Formats: sequence, structure tokens, C-alpha cells
Amino acid sequence: MDEFQEILQDFLIESFELIEQLDQDLTELEATPEDLELLNRIFRVAHTIKGASSFLNFDTLTKLTHHMEDVLNKARQGELVLTPDKMDIILPSIDMMKALLIQIRDTGSDDGDIDINAIVAKLDVLSSGGDITQLDGEKPATPDDVKKDIVEEEKEEEELDYSSMSDDEVEAEINKLLEEKHNEAKQKRKEKGLPPPVINDIVEEAPPPKAPPPKAPPPKPDAPKPVVAKKASKAPEKKSSPATVEQTIRVDVKRLDHLMNLIGELVLGKNRLIKINDDVEERYEGEEFLEELTQVVSIVSLVTTDLQIAVMKTRMLAIGKVFNKFPRMIRDLSRELNKQIELDISGEETELDKSIVEEIGDPLVHIIRNSCDHGIEDGETRLSKGKSAEGTIKLKAYNEGNQIVIQITDDGKGLDPEMLKEIAITKKVISEVEADSLSNKEAFGLIFRPGFSTAASITNVSGRGVGMDVVKTNIEKLNGIIDIESEIDQYTTIKLKIPLTLAIIQALLVGVQEEYYAIPLASVLETVRITMDAIYSVESRRVMRLRDEVLPLVHLADIFDIDLQFDMGEHAYVVVLGLAESKIGVIVDTLVGQEEIVIKSLGEYLQGMKGVAGATIRGDGGVTLIVDVAAIMDMARQAKSSSILSSDNINSNNNSKKEKPSDYKVLIVDDSKTDRTIIRTSLKPLGITLVEAVDGLDGLNIIKSGEHNFDAILIDIEMPRMDGYTLAGEIKKFNKYKQLPLIAVTSRTDKSDRMRGIEAGMVEYITKPYTPDYILSVVKRNIKYSLGDA
Amino acid sequence: MNRELKQVISQQSKQQNGNAEAENLDDIVQLVGFIVGDEELTVPILSIQEIIKPIEFTRVPRTPDYVLGVFNLRGSVIPLIDLRIKFGLPRIKQNDDARYIVMKSNDEVAGFVIDRLTEAIRLNKTEISPAPDQGNDSNSLIDGIGRKENRILTILKVNKLLERDF
Repeated sequence: MDEFQEILQDFLIESFELIEQLDQDLTELEATPEDLELLNRIFRVAHTIKGASSFLNFDTLTKLTHHMEDVLNKARQGELVLTPDKMDIILPSIDMMKALLIQIRDTGSDDGDIDINAIVAKLDVLSSGGDITQLDGEKPATPDDVKKDIVEEEKEEEELDYSSMSDDEVEAEINKLLEEKHNEAKQKRKEKGLPPPVINDIVEEAPPPKAPPPKAPPPKPDAPKPVVAKKASKAPEKKSSPATVEQTIRVDVKRLDHLMNLIGELVLGKNRLIKINDDVEERYEGEEFLEELTQVVSIVSLVTTDLQIAVMKTRMLAIGKVFNKFPRMIRDLSRELNKQIELDISGEETELDKSIVEEIGDPLVHIIRNSCDHGIEDGETRLSKGKSAEGTIKLKAYNEGNQIVIQITDDGKGLDPEMLKEIAITKKVISEVEADSLSNKEAFGLIFRPGFSTAASITNVSGRGVGMDVVKTNIEKLNGIIDIESEIDQYTTIKLKIPLTLAIIQALLVGVQEEYYAIPLASVLETVRITMDAIYSVESRRVMRLRDEVLPLVHLADIFDIDLQFDMGEHAYVVVLGLAESKIGVIVDTLVGQEEIVIKSLGEYLQGMKGVAGATIRGDGGVTLIVDVAAIMDMARQAKSSSILSSDNINSNNNSKKEKPSDYKVLIVDDSKTDRTIIRTSLKPLGITLVEAVDGLDGLNIIKSGEHNFDAILIDIEMPRMDGYTLAGEIKKFNKYKQLPLIAVTSRTDKSDRMRGIEAGMVEYITKPYTPDYILSVVKRNIKYSLGDA
Repeated sequence: MNRELKQVISQQSKQQNGNAEAENLDDIVQLVGFIVGDEELTVPILSIQEIIKPIEFTRVPRTPDYVLGVFNLRGSVIPLIDLRIKFGLPRIKQNDDARYIVMKSNDEVAGFVIDRLTEAIRLNKTEISPAPDQGNDSNSLIDGIGRKENRILTILKVNKLLERDF
């Protein structure tokens, strides 16, 4: 049983590989029906699968492939020209073959609901030279049972017949070839006077059709080389494409994953080593052993990097694997939509991590479908626009730095930003106000919103408003970026930029207060240093102007609930993040630098914490969280920008807690006991809690301790140790006190003094002497006293 | 003669007792005791992966306050939970006795901050009484109450401790 399983496994792997090639070949074949080599290759695939499946007792599959083989054989021998109509029968039969194989893979048997009789009948008509146009009309008339019986019978007899025939055929061909070779060799040998080799024996011994080709080469040493090469191209089997002769070993993906994990650990170890080396360097500068250590460290780090690249490469697959299915898809689509579309593929040899290759297929299908359906116009429209009737879709993959770019360009009608906005408004995807503020690029991005579709009606191909949303989600999952360019009636280009690998990534380390976070570098577009007054507020959102764009801003502290103890001054760093089609600016305090990090999960307990994609271990052994860029963008839309402008937040918080007058707290900072007492007496009627400080420094310490939550602070200007202005300035450095009302109580009445007070952040200026009522009303107003008069 | 007989008999009975003890090994529960607040808590010794001295940890945002964050245990990122806060006790400054107990259950691992360790304890199953009825039984963190000399030992359910409840 195990042995059977093993054979089955091999059979499936081989079959799927063959089929992938087959699809491409067939589409190519339609363009060049005379390409005999191509035909032969296709024939061989059907033949190989038939042979193996009959051996494994998959009757249905055998029957299907057998009939396909029949048709292809005719075509190969020139008895049948493959017109698109005929291809319409052959291609579905291949689909069915795929379906059967999938069924075998999943259930281990090909007895299922897949009914191959209809297609087999069609294939039969083809192979017997019948007219397919008739077939369609005839088909319903033919009683199914009868047909089945006939086919069944036919199959049993024919099968034996055919397989032997094909064996004969192949053998005959090989014989023919060998004969030629033999003759030539003979001639040569005659010239050289060597005895003829016993080639015929070899051929006779050679078992079934698959075997001969590998055996065929034995005469090689005797035969002149050029002849062999020529024959190889004709001979059955893979010889025609020398690229496939590469030596390979199949390895379980799990083993590669394990290897990748180990490398990850090694990279962490390396980072740590480098850090320690730096520390040691500082401490023991000039010592002899230091140089040796540095050497070892650099060798280890170099080898680790190489090793990492090497292992990464083992997981790399050419993107051609994904691209291969598109010629067929375009063909089907163009027939379905009645448009002439040509697909131009380049860069299919570009390599990507296996896990990414698996994810990228679906988005590409959706984009290409969209291009066919919405992008490319039908022939007449195109001609009237002065373009060629045939539309072109270019699919291109190339490397760009640490990323791979997949570019899909169609020369169709392009995207009209105004129209997109209108549709978005009518479909209630955005509001009119929002629409007005969108740039062209942002308007293009609308096509990725769920529920958005430009199609007037839902077709088979697209128009449900789901596809592009899928594109966005999948690309986001890969930390990729989507970039759209378009010109009306000229072209639409969609660029997908995807990081090369997922497990070990380059990250930008940023600091907010005392905490550090790693942002995947693939999502970082740029970093800018801005001054605080470059931040504007639009509809209670923070934005900044970045060149000709308006960039929404969010403070990382808001997203990760970091207490902002200190204001970082006039300047801030903005990390511009791009993901899929959207952009956002994230404000951080410091930029630490770029580092290679290994993504580790936070474990079951903390799985799926919003905004955190995982963690990594830094060179110093500490853990740094990795920012989930997609989640951050989402959170930014909801986050209140309290750290940037905190007034609403903090005040509402404070007010909500006030139930009785003593819940209000006011700090009095004055060096004169008398003055403090006067204030205290004046404010007594309010019944609020009063705290006293004897000078600026004392006041600052009380505030810093965080013991009290003040609603206002009364500050004398003239004080020992720290004057009122300085105190006000210091208080304003705390972010959470940004909006705290500071009231100056002073005998200085100069206008310049007042100005200085305002500059320092004082909101009111009470000049001594004052009436108790006056100070009471000022305080009351500033603490937003809302409990009615006490 | 009589004395010899007595000796033989006493030896025999000793042996028997010894056998009885060995037989009862299955009924012995090995626990590790530690203090959180005023209570002595215990967990089965087999559920403990290791016990380490406090090391640096990283806060994870948007988690309940008893989740202090994550720390690096020889290359693995492990969550750290403060049992004091989890049990509603006031936060205190960690002193030299504080430890992280790394517990595991199935594949889940987490570190727990405790005030100090006491000792490894062997309890006979007969010395353990079921947890006092707290209404909703399935959510209780307490597996049972052990008694040893004058001490009352609360035995915790490790799988419950490791369950995410937010």
C-alpha cells in the first residue's frame, strides 16, 4: 500500500507539473498550429499521463487522456488542423483532466461526479474528422446511455489497440531515428573502418514508449555529435528543452521551513555578536585580541548573511509558475468577451519566495480579469479611438532593490478619476466632501474599496466589486504596495511591489518615548523631519503637506497607548508608510536605524493583538515589537489624535469625573504666604480643593509627581528659585498639561510682561490687587466649573 | 528470643509500610509553592518549565494591565503576566525575591511574576480538598486547597492561568 502511495504521489507531482506546461503550450499552439515540436510535446504529456493512470487503474482519467491523445495524434500527423473552435474542445478536456487529477489527489480515486462522457464524445468527433459545428446541434439528440455504452465499448477495445499502436509508433519513430543515426554512424565508421554497433538490440530491449529516449543516447559515443543534437529535438521526451535537465532534488517544504527558522536564530545570534563586539571594542580599545575578535565576528556575520541568502534561494520559485496560467486565461476571456487581447509576458524568470508565489496568483487573476473586462475596449471602439483593434496586456516582473515588482499594463481606456469619484459617491463608498479632497492617485485607489465597481452590469468576468478588494487584502498580507498610474484612453498600469521574503525582513527601528518599535522597511516609503507647525488640522484629523500631497498623520503613541511624558520639542520625525494603495505618516520621536530582523510570533496568549505583527529579538537580547502596518492604517482612521492636539480629550475626561466642588483641584504657586492666603480666601466660596506650592520648583515637583490632577494653576511671576515664566514653560513641556490653564497672578502690569506670559503659555493675567469676585470668576471660567454656584 | 522476634516483626512491619508508601506514590502530588500577596499558591511541579530571576521585558500595547508584556527566554518570545495585578492586589516594587515562573500547558507558555518562592511540596491526595464553591466553577483558577501542617496551599489550574481572557 505504501509503495502504491509513493507511486501515486510521484504520479501526481509529475502530472501537475506537466499540466502546467501543457496549458501554456496549448495556447501557444493556437498561434502556431504548425509547430510540430510543440504538438509533440503536448501529445507526450497526454500520453504520459494516460500511461501512468492506466497503470494506477484510474479508468476515467485513462479514458479521457486516451481520447485526447487520439485527437492530438491526428493533429500531430497533420490530419487535423487545430482551429480555435477545435481548441475550445481540447482546452476544456485538459481542464477536466486537471479536475480529475485534483480529485485523485484529494480522494485517492477518480470515481466521482466528474462526467467526462460529453467531452469524450466531442473529442471522438474531432478525431474521426467530424464537423464540430454539427456536433453541438447533434449532441442533445443523441441518447446519453447509448453514447455511453458505445464509448465504453470503444474504450475497452481501442485502449489495448491504441496503446500497443502508440508503442509501435513510438518505437517505429525511434527505430527510424536510430536507423538514420545508425546509417550515418555506419558511414562514418566505414570511413574509419569500425564495426557497426548493435543498436537494434538495444531498441528491442527497450520497454514502453517512455523508456526509449533515455536509452537512445547509448549510440552517442559512436555517433557524431551534431546529429544527436538534431535528433534529440525530434525524439520524444523532454530532450527538446535542455533547461529541464537541471539536477534537482525534491525536498519537503517543512524541512526548508525548519532550515529557515534555524537561520533566523543564527541571524539573531549574529546581531547579538556584533553588538557585543561593539561594546568590547569600546572597553578594550587597542588591545590585540580585539582585532582577532573583530575578524571572527565579521567572518561569522558574512557567512551568516550568505547562508541566509542561500537558504532563501532554496525557497525561491520563478514567478513564471504563476504567469503560466495567464495565456490560457486571456485566451478564454478574449473569446468570452469578444475582444482581441494579446498578452505579453516578460520577466517570468524572476524569483520569489514560495509562500509569496502562492499568495500572488489570486490578485493577479483579478487584476488581469479587470484589465480584460474594464480596461481593454472592444475592437470597434478601439479602432474609432485610433488604436489597433487588438488590445495588449503586458505582464512584467522585475527586481527592484529588496522588492520584486509585478507590473500589469493594459492599453485600454484608462481610469478616469472624476468618473471614479462620481461612482464612489453614488455607491456611497465615500462622501462628496471626501471626494473633493482626493488627488488623482487617491481616486485611482478607490477601485480597491470593497463594494466599488465601475462595471455598469455584473458580468461573468467581473463587476461584483469584490475582486480588487481581494487584491488589496492579499497584497497587504504580503506587506506589499500597490501603485496605479493611468492616462485616459492611453493605459492603466498597476504595480505590485512585494518584499522578496517574509521570515527575515529589513526593518526601520523607531523610538517613541522609552519604547522602540520595528517597522517593516518594505512599507516605509520615506522619512521626513518636520516642525510642529507643519501639521495642519482638517476635519479634526491631523495632516501634513508632503510635496504636492496631503498626508494623514498619526502619532505612534496614540496607536500604542504610550504615555507621552515629555514633549520632544519643535521637531518630529514622520515615517511615511505605504501599503497597498494607501499612505500615512506616522509621527515618532526618534529614528534608530535599519536592522535585519527575524519575525517571531507573540505566542498563543498574545496572538492577534491589533497593530502588532510579531516580535523580534534585538542585538541586546531585548524584545522589540514589529508594527503591523495594515492594522496601524486601520487604527489611524479611528484613533483620536490626542497627543498632537489633546484639548478635547483631556478636558472631557476631567469634566466627566467632577461630581462635587472638591473634585476640582487648583494649584497655587506663590512665594508669599499672604498672597496664598488671599487667594485661598477668595476662592473659598467655590469649595474646590486647593494645593499650595511655595515657589516655581516646588510647584513643578508637585506637578511632576502626578499625585494631583489639576484643573488650573495660579502662578505668581516673581518667585525665588524658579520664576513663573520658567515654570509655565516647563509645565507646557508635558504633553498632558498642554491644555492646562495657567493663570498668572502678578503685580507686574507692563504690556511686555503680559506678552511674555502669553508666550510662556499663560491664558489669563490677573493683576494685583484684584477683587475676590474677579479671581473667583476667572478661576471658575478656566476650570470649566459646571456644578452651579456653591 | 522474644526481643529478636519483636525486632523481626518490627522490621517486617517497617518494610510493609515502606511498600505501602511506594504504592501510594501515585497519590502524591508534587507542587511548587510561591507567595503572591499574603497567600501561598502552588502549581504542579510538572507544569513548570523553569524559574528565572526577573529580566527586562517589553510592554505590549492594548493588553490588560496584568499583562506586563513579553520577554526573551533564550530566543523565544514569551508573555509575562503579573499575578499580583491579575489577582487584584496592588502593584509593588519588585524586590530581590521576585521570580518569573515559566509555566506551560499543552503548547502554551507564559511567564508569571511572583513575590517569592517557598519550596517544593509533596502532598498526599487525601490532604487536598476541592476548591470552595465559587459559583461559576469552570472559570475558577483554583484547582483545590492543600493542607500541610498549619499552612493552607491554594493549588492553581495552570491551563486556566494560560488561557487568554481578554
